[in-house]
Amino acid sequence: MHWGFIAIALLYVGILVLAPLVGIAWVAIQAGWSTIATTLRQPDVVHAFYLTAVITLITVAVTSVFGVIVALVITRDRFPGRPLMSAFVDLPLAVSPVIVGLMAAVLFGRGGWFEPWFSSHGIQILFAVPSMVLVTIFICIPFVIREVVPVLKELGVTEEEAARTLGASSLQTFFRVTLRNIRWGLLYGVALSTARAIGEIGAVLIVSGAITGKTETATLIILRFFDQYQDAQGYIVAITLALVSILLLVAIETFKRRQERMRQT
Amino acid sequence: MSTRTLEHAALPPPESPEAGRRRSVVLRGVLARWGLRGTAILYLGLMIALPAFAVIVHGFSDGLQSLRDALAAPGAREAIRLTLVLGAVTAIVNVIFGTLVAYVLVRYEFPGRSWLSTIVDIPFAIPTLVTGVMLRALYGPNSPIGSFLEGHGIKVIFAQSGILLALLFVTLPLVVRTVQPVLLEIDETEEEAARVLGATRWYTFRRVVLPKLRAGIAAGGLLAFARAIGEFGAVVIVSGNIVGRTLTAPVLIFQLASQFKPEEAAAIATVLFGISFVLVLVTERLVRGKAPA
Repeated sequence: MHWGFIAIALLYVGILVLAPLVGIAWVAIQAGWSTIATTLRQPDVVHAFYLTAVITLITVAVTSVFGVIVALVITRDRFPGRPLMSAFVDLPLAVSPVIVGLMAAVLFGRGGWFEPWFSSHGIQILFAVPSMVLVTIFICIPFVIREVVPVLKELGVTEEEAARTLGASSLQTFFRVTLRNIRWGLLYGVALSTARAIGEIGAVLIVSGAITGKTETATLIILRFFDQYQDAQGYIVAITLALVSILLLVAIETFKRRQERMRQT
Repeated sequence: MSTRTLEHAALPPPESPEAGRRRSVVLRGVLARWGLRGTAILYLGLMIALPAFAVIVHGFSDGLQSLRDALAAPGAREAIRLTLVLGAVTAIVNVIFGTLVAYVLVRYEFPGRSWLSTIVDIPFAIPTLVTGVMLRALYGPNSPIGSFLEGHGIKVIFAQSGILLALLFVTLPLVVRTVQPVLLEIDETEEEAARVLGATRWYTFRRVVLPKLRAGIAAGGLLAFARAIGEFGAVVIVSGNIVGRTLTAPVLIFQLASQFKPEEAAAIATVLFGISFVLVLVTERLVRGKAPA
């Protein structure tokens, strides 16, 4: 009986998840190496990858630093409204990315709440990179927090207090004890954030205006290629992203296993 | 016969209630405590609470008129209905198969088990747009599988079944990874006792395991539904966005926004957003309810 269950599980996951990966590899290779090389060297493609990388880097840096702070406050601090904080952290996971884009448009677009202040200072938020970074940050907020909180909860305060009694300052305790203990959970969250930031499309599509060479990310350029019936180039950029994601997946799985192993010691 | 896996190793004993209530040394000192607390509140307040509030206010700015205008747009009602229906189907199908996959991962040992676990996480790592592109490559009209299916009258790409495949893909790990920890916590000895007393595996699952899994399954299903109704990247490439047939609510919101009708977009967004917000609260409740405080 159990071989039946295992077979069904393998079949479902294989057809649903694996087969499409194979499909895209096949199509991309069909395009031929010269097309692949030309496409990847196009200036707009190169810029798109560069922009994705910059946005991802900033997003991951911000969400990691502030994520650890929030995780510390959620697990170690006590004040009214703390469960509400936890629900807020989870909100970006449930909200559609297009709604996130809309939020940015309402806040920073023409007639938006903050638009007067920014335009009077000559800073453009919407249809420029800053808004793209902001929406990506919103969307990536939960990942580090959700992975670090359970680790912090399980670790408890005993090691930190021991360090304190031995004379360490708060900062030393944090860096030498807390951070060291949460490192795998943190890295797991960072890897998940990175993958999510690279893959963002709905929100950045709305806020960026998809201006080629200025605000077009890798995902946006794929969309444009398919809109313009340049399918082959779309597939090529897509599989490049897929390959990067697979590398990230390896990192994700490694960090996840290290974290689980750490929990058992 | 099932075997104990590494995950069944004893977890470290929970800290005493006192230890939990003691403030962490990192937060000692009023300045540090308020500094960190303030930073956290400011960060979440500015980045999440404020935008959420802004969209809701904007959506209701002319009362319900924007909502009525938005719903009058061609294909709007169908889009919302399609989104909700596909979301529900996705949640139900993936709750069934996701629970099965989680059960198989937790209770069985077999060659390729870690591979299965890794593959389940693929949708977490792949950009949603690339998911749509992959499905198009595999089932599109120009592919061998696609043309074969179309010859038999089954359309996948630019049809609702393609959207469903995309939604199933992106939500699978949500269900599996939500149910898995709950399964891990369940004591296997009760199952074994039932089996020893003669119950079949299915009966054991239905009467012994399932009642305890209910909260986890519900949480996973709700998360999958919330994710599915908001999905944009995979759907926009795979569905063809045909008004009245394969146009979903998120794509509609995007179209309204690009047509410079932000009030109408915000109206529909508020409806969708309200649903998501409620789902998050309910899921939080469920997840917290099953774990002892």
